[in-house]
Amino acid sequence: MFDVEKIRLDFPILTKEIFGKPLVYLDNAATSQKPRQVIDALVEYYENFNANVHRGVHTLSMEATDRYEEAREKVSSFINSESSDLVIWTRNASESLNLVAYSWGEKNVHEGDEILLTPMEHHSNLVPWQELARRKNAVIKFIPMLENGTLDMDRVKELITERTVLVSAVHMSNALGTINPIKELAEEAHKLGAKILVDGAQSVPHMPTDVQELNCDFLAFSGHKMLGPTGIGALYVKEEILESMEPFLTGGEMVLEVSYEKASWADLPMKFEAGTPNIADSIALGSAVDYLNALGMGNVREHEKDMTAYALDRFRKADLEGLDLFGPDDPNIRGGVFSFNTPDVHPHDLGTFLDRIGIAVRTGHHCAMPLVRSLGVAATSRASFYLYNTKKEVDILVDGVTEALRYFRDGPK
Amino acid sequence: MHDLEDLYQEIVMDHNRRPRNFGELEDPTATADGFNPLCGDQVTLQLFLEDGVVSDVAFNGVGCAISKSSASMMTEELKGKTVEHAEKLFEAFRKMITRAPGESYDSELLGDLEILKGVSQYPARIKCATLAWHTLHSAIQDGNEVVSTE
Repeated sequence: MFDVEKIRLDFPILTKEIFGKPLVYLDNAATSQKPRQVIDALVEYYENFNANVHRGVHTLSMEATDRYEEAREKVSSFINSESSDLVIWTRNASESLNLVAYSWGEKNVHEGDEILLTPMEHHSNLVPWQELARRKNAVIKFIPMLENGTLDMDRVKELITERTVLVSAVHMSNALGTINPIKELAEEAHKLGAKILVDGAQSVPHMPTDVQELNCDFLAFSGHKMLGPTGIGALYVKEEILESMEPFLTGGEMVLEVSYEKASWADLPMKFEAGTPNIADSIALGSAVDYLNALGMGNVREHEKDMTAYALDRFRKADLEGLDLFGPDDPNIRGGVFSFNTPDVHPHDLGTFLDRIGIAVRTGHHCAMPLVRSLGVAATSRASFYLYNTKKEVDILVDGVTEALRYFRDGPK
Repeated sequence: MHDLEDLYQEIVMDHNRRPRNFGELEDPTATADGFNPLCGDQVTLQLFLEDGVVSDVAFNGVGCAISKSSASMMTEELKGKTVEHAEKLFEAFRKMITRAPGESYDSELLGDLEILKGVSQYPARIKCATLAWHTLHSAIQDGNEVVSTE
């Protein structure tokens, strides 16, 4: 049974007040809050197991190594990877994407090659490819987007050509909530020998993820958006591709043998993990995965679908003059992300107003500047939900937005 | 504790709803664009300078209530003032907005612009208030520039 009130008790920060009002945290697409279990895991590690991994013969180092590798196993199972050797620790999804752009991209992308993206990419899945394309004289193309914020899949067949080497797509848009048909994109990409990369920063925390079912070649995601600490993320890569990739960073931990002249690389996954890793945060991310598994990712998705349907309904029924709500209408192809624009009130003013009544929303371009501009606005306000948000909080948000519009039209009461 | 009204004073709201000197000059002698990548605010400032005096000024662009009203009030204040005076206002305004609690600023020089002093209590909104002023500074210094708050 998915009991939101019971879940909320696990999150110490949710009892916090902002300007005397209960915190209504609706900025989950930026980062999630952390349950006690994850915070405890960090403390437990530093109090009981702190040692460097993969090198000591002493007990503490072995205990730390066991827990660190156990966390990798957990994350690997969570996305149904074939093996935990295919899961590389990174700082975040951005680093994962850069790792692919440098390590795989430098070797496999050549002049005139094409990289196909969607118009709804976060800057982190856009800028590394722009830079790679610039270095290689490669070409970036975009799958057009329909009015409702979904991809024009009819165009995909013609856009993937013999020159396409990579299709890189966000699974769930951080600005629109759109859930893209990755499996279909993967099929089309593979037909012509292109690889497919999935930016799972928003999807992995919010819905079941199965890399084998999706048949993706790369999956990048962050720990901090899925109840884990900041500073830890992961990259999954299919085995035959990962085997062929050169290291991104070199140095300690990632070598087999070193002479003064040269070095050979360690086996996967350590070949891609130079230097002392982020041990504590990896272990705590393992605890976050335990927490999510106990709830069941299917249940998490159902809860958010329910919240999304409720929020769509509340926004439509509320008396909000000229409110533009972006993204698909259908909760089945949308996550709990609500970007909207209020023509008479700038998002920055709305954000300040909502903050005064305890509501945390994001305002701006959500690191998707070209997308937000294509919507015809300079910025939007964005409310994004997670497993601990309630319908009551949706009510508080809709009432807050209604009150803000009144305030900026008529002034204080 | 500071109130929302410290930020959104009635005069601020009025300038937001009916910005003054909003539009374009026919023959500006100096122009600059300002951009706040954080929130997408954008302002274009045009000046008509005669013998070191701002004889006309206009602004255009998109922005929040704070950035729009700040630009509007700035243009009202600038007309008929020398470039040197404008630069002094810029320094005094910036000091008022970015000051630490309890720190003083030149209230006499700023006059009506003091209405925006509440912004200093909202660190996330400082760049909204200063965007037009940075743009002015750049228009005076370089004549034609794009400035960014980042």
